[in-house]
Amino acid sequence: MNWDWSHVDDFMPHFWDGLRVTLEALLFGSLIAFSLGLVWAVAQRSGPKWIAWPVTAITEFIRSTPLLVQLFFLFYVVPSWGLSMSPLTTGIVALGLHYSTYTSEVYRAGIGGVPVGQWEAATALSLSRRRTWTAVILPQAVRRVVPVLGNYVIVMLKESPQLMAIGVLDMLGQGQDFSQTTFTYEAISVVGIAFIVIAYPASLLLRALERRLVR
Amino acid sequence: MMSAKFFENWFLPGVWLTVQITVLSALFAFVVSFVIGVLRTSRWRIVRILSGAYFEIFRSTSALVFMFWIAFTVPMLLHIKFAPMFSGILALGITYGAYGSEIVRGALAAVPAAQREAGIALNFTPMQRLRRIELPQAWPEMLPPFNNLLIELLKGTSLVSLIAVADMTFAGNLKRLVSGDSAPIYTLLLVLYFVFAFILTRVMRLLERRAKARVGQRPAQSGLRALFGGVREKSAIDPITSAGGAK
Repeated sequence: MNWDWSHVDDFMPHFWDGLRVTLEALLFGSLIAFSLGLVWAVAQRSGPKWIAWPVTAITEFIRSTPLLVQLFFLFYVVPSWGLSMSPLTTGIVALGLHYSTYTSEVYRAGIGGVPVGQWEAATALSLSRRRTWTAVILPQAVRRVVPVLGNYVIVMLKESPQLMAIGVLDMLGQGQDFSQTTFTYEAISVVGIAFIVIAYPASLLLRALERRLVR
Repeated sequence: MMSAKFFENWFLPGVWLTVQITVLSALFAFVVSFVIGVLRTSRWRIVRILSGAYFEIFRSTSALVFMFWIAFTVPMLLHIKFAPMFSGILALGITYGAYGSEIVRGALAAVPAAQREAGIALNFTPMQRLRRIELPQAWPEMLPPFNNLLIELLKGTSLVSLIAVADMTFAGNLKRLVSGDSAPIYTLLLVLYFVFAFILTRVMRLLERRAKARVGQRPAQSGLRALFGGVREKSAIDPITSAGGAK
């Protein structure tokens, strides 16, 4: 048992590259998850039955199956249908799609939390359906759900290392690569600590935000 | 030609291994949840701080990175060797146990204070209060979030395929590498995971109904809806983000 700091120094340039990839996947993955989740939620709430039902079934299915297998599916099966994407793009799509089924539940709860009086007021003012959603319901719903959505970004961060399974060089991908080519073991420890160092302050921040936004 | 052989030699054992890993890591995580969850409600500050630190550290840890660390780094650091399956179960149990501890703590905190005070008035020891008063009432509240966590854990078991444990995901990858035909096997995998999640939910709902009946509450759903309605539970506590619940 001998920990060698020089291996850590050697690994650091790779680590920063990996961190950049992780954060990139996280940023774009979250954007997809946030917007697609809203689409699912609105479709389930106010779409016609023949849309709402399949959306419920599909989101339920995606949520109950592992991200890892979905990654393999998107990376190895979908290209045979003629749509090929780079590993990172595949990872971003998978992460976004998977967590959109979680954020849709968050939005649904947020929309459900808007008092019925607000819907009635919108009807009384004879606002169109579109205006009711964009000017009355969503602004109130989104405010309530921001901290919870933030929590899901942290969850996505912790799940993002799975992207290495399809060859994305994220933090864990870089760590594993470095360990295997140099036969050292410090890299994975550095990566593990990095996750805690990022995720813990982020969750503290969100708890503070939750106290301010949700009364 | 290789298909029947593949199913017999790799896929079915893989399915069985997934079941085993799910059950074993769920039991391990369950024990961790209760121990840490109860300790987090302890009277002593130092116990609360230590168990709280466990929760915060492992909640912030990525399960896959931790699994790699246990499987590859720990054996090198300490010069010991253990089976990959053991590292998988250890990593899953420790991380999901941290999430579970929040469920236990939240449900215990949601038991009305008057119940605890009544226990004190009756001169119950803290252990008796916990066993006779607090846990029986908190238990039905824990089951819906535990169900959601269990499904997360089931999904998490697929990670062991990346540390060379031959579970069903591993078998799927093997099939792809050997035959190059990946669509049927990955579709089958997704369907199987969904079916497992569905079965787990039914079992947990049954448990919840019985637990609620025991403390004189009515089940939230009954009849056909309880049987077919969805795989997730609506719960005040979100075990995945550890948000919500009584503070």
